[in-house]
Amino acid sequence: MEIISLINALPGAAAQGLIWGIMAIGVYITYRILDIADLTVDGSMCTGGAVCIMMMLSGYRVWVSMAAALAAGMIAGLVTGLFHTFMGIPAILSGILTQLGLWSVNLKIMGKANQAINVDKFPLLVSLRFIKNVPFFKNTILIVAAITVVLIGILYWFFGTELGCSLRATGCNDKMARAQGINTDLGRVLGLMLSNGLVAFAGALLTQYQGFADINMGRGAIVIGLAAVIIGEAVFGKIFKNFGFKLLAVSFGSIIYYLVLQVVIWRGIDTDLLKLLSALVVAVFLAIPVWQERYFKGAAKKWPAGAKNGGQGNGGKS
Amino acid sequence: MLEVKNISKTFNAGTVNEKQALKGLSLTLNDGDFVTVIGGNGAGKSTLLNAIAGTWKVDEGNIVIDGVDVTKYPEHKRAAFLGRVFQDPMNGTAATMGIEENLALALRRGDKRTLKKGIVSGERRLYRDMLAKLGLGLENRLTSKVGLLSGGQRQALTLLMATLKKPKLLLLDEHTAALDPKTAAKVLETTENIVNQDHLTTLMITHNMKDAIHIGNRLIMMNNGQIIYDVAGEEKKNLKVEDLLRKFAQASGEEFANDRMLLAN
Repeated sequence: MEIISLINALPGAAAQGLIWGIMAIGVYITYRILDIADLTVDGSMCTGGAVCIMMMLSGYRVWVSMAAALAAGMIAGLVTGLFHTFMGIPAILSGILTQLGLWSVNLKIMGKANQAINVDKFPLLVSLRFIKNVPFFKNTILIVAAITVVLIGILYWFFGTELGCSLRATGCNDKMARAQGINTDLGRVLGLMLSNGLVAFAGALLTQYQGFADINMGRGAIVIGLAAVIIGEAVFGKIFKNFGFKLLAVSFGSIIYYLVLQVVIWRGIDTDLLKLLSALVVAVFLAIPVWQERYFKGAAKKWPAGAKNGGQGNGGKS
Repeated sequence: MLEVKNISKTFNAGTVNEKQALKGLSLTLNDGDFVTVIGGNGAGKSTLLNAIAGTWKVDEGNIVIDGVDVTKYPEHKRAAFLGRVFQDPMNGTAATMGIEENLALALRRGDKRTLKKGIVSGERRLYRDMLAKLGLGLENRLTSKVGLLSGGQRQALTLLMATLKKPKLLLLDEHTAALDPKTAAKVLETTENIVNQDHLTTLMITHNMKDAIHIGNRLIMMNNGQIIYDVAGEEKKNLKVEDLLRKFAQASGEEFANDRMLLAN
């Protein structure tokens, strides 16, 4: 229970939070913009890690491997998108089907349930060894933060384009979108591809960070992603109105999640219970806008603004 | 401008809920026709508009807009020809997007969505001018989220979006029914102004018989998935609500038993 051990663990937690933040931004695209709860991410996270580690182990450069991971994630998103649109399967079930299929795919990519990569023998971009006592340009926190800012910049640009606007319209009101000549099926597929590409990219970073890829590494990813989205909105919703800052809030939400997690671990809680705790916390946060509407109308100011805004943002389409 | 040839549509075929909503319906609209559509509940008015808009495919028949057979076109592809306003003000706009963003989406109806900027600054002047004509004070709120607007404002905005890029055919599905009488009158007035100014071919469903008589140059009455009365020109202008009620009773063999319609007189 030494406070110093907690302080020592915090930079690592922040780095992990940043990496998962990229994943959470992917979840934000489907959950908030397209209004789909996409469970593909639980599988595509690992796909990204598996593709990246296997390519690096066979001698490809780190950036090539990460680009391939991104592409693999986009293919996973494409599959879910086709299940949903072309085959007419409900979105949530489409994601579950892809996620299940990806289990086998991920095993085949890695050849076994896990693969390790040695940070001393391969030129990894990020690693838990690059947190302290490295030159600043090799510092993992700084690198992932820079990547996050670049990605947010790209997404900010994209969602301001004609195509990006049509995606937002699709998620907000697909009846209106079709009446305005927008191919809503195409929009959903593109959004799912974009989202899962980001998730797999985060998987590639996480694999390098921890030095291994594991078949279970994406389990529950959707919950962590949702937690980051919700925490980000709850804490920063009032001050971050701009779309770019909203994405930044998701990243911050993820960091907060991992810092809190670190504190909980430091307090000596049974780590077996962590997933149960995460699930419960996310469930309660998801319920807040609903409860607000149902039981606390008029007294709404008592609740975190972001959770409320988020609820409205989503509910606006109905 | 519009040719609907012998279209049929049955919902829930083969179940107890089977409903033949359109029965071999044909309708031809000339360029610049402003047609009002009346009929009881379940007469097939909205079904006709949805068939034209491509919400689903018809079972039989063809739909030709401006010489193009669109029968097999999906909804978003047909949108290139159509402007649509729905009964529910929530349906026509994207609530979480700004007024100008909604208009920008509408301006690009029928175009390919590219990676160019979603709104270019020159458009804003156009939007401001168009919004000013509505007289709702929206011209100074370009970036406000549409979700903050009232039902009437949203419906007026939807109307503007439907006609911003001149459609071959404007489809209005009881677009004033969900509004209070004063707002409804205002939106209806705006509708007439826009349609007359741009010479739009229009199909407007209404439950208000007086409106149906006074507005437009042609009136059709539907019952049971068919057109039972079609009147235009002078004859239409001289119609009275009682005439319509009698016509309905004659053609359908039933009383016009729709409280909403009678009250609307």
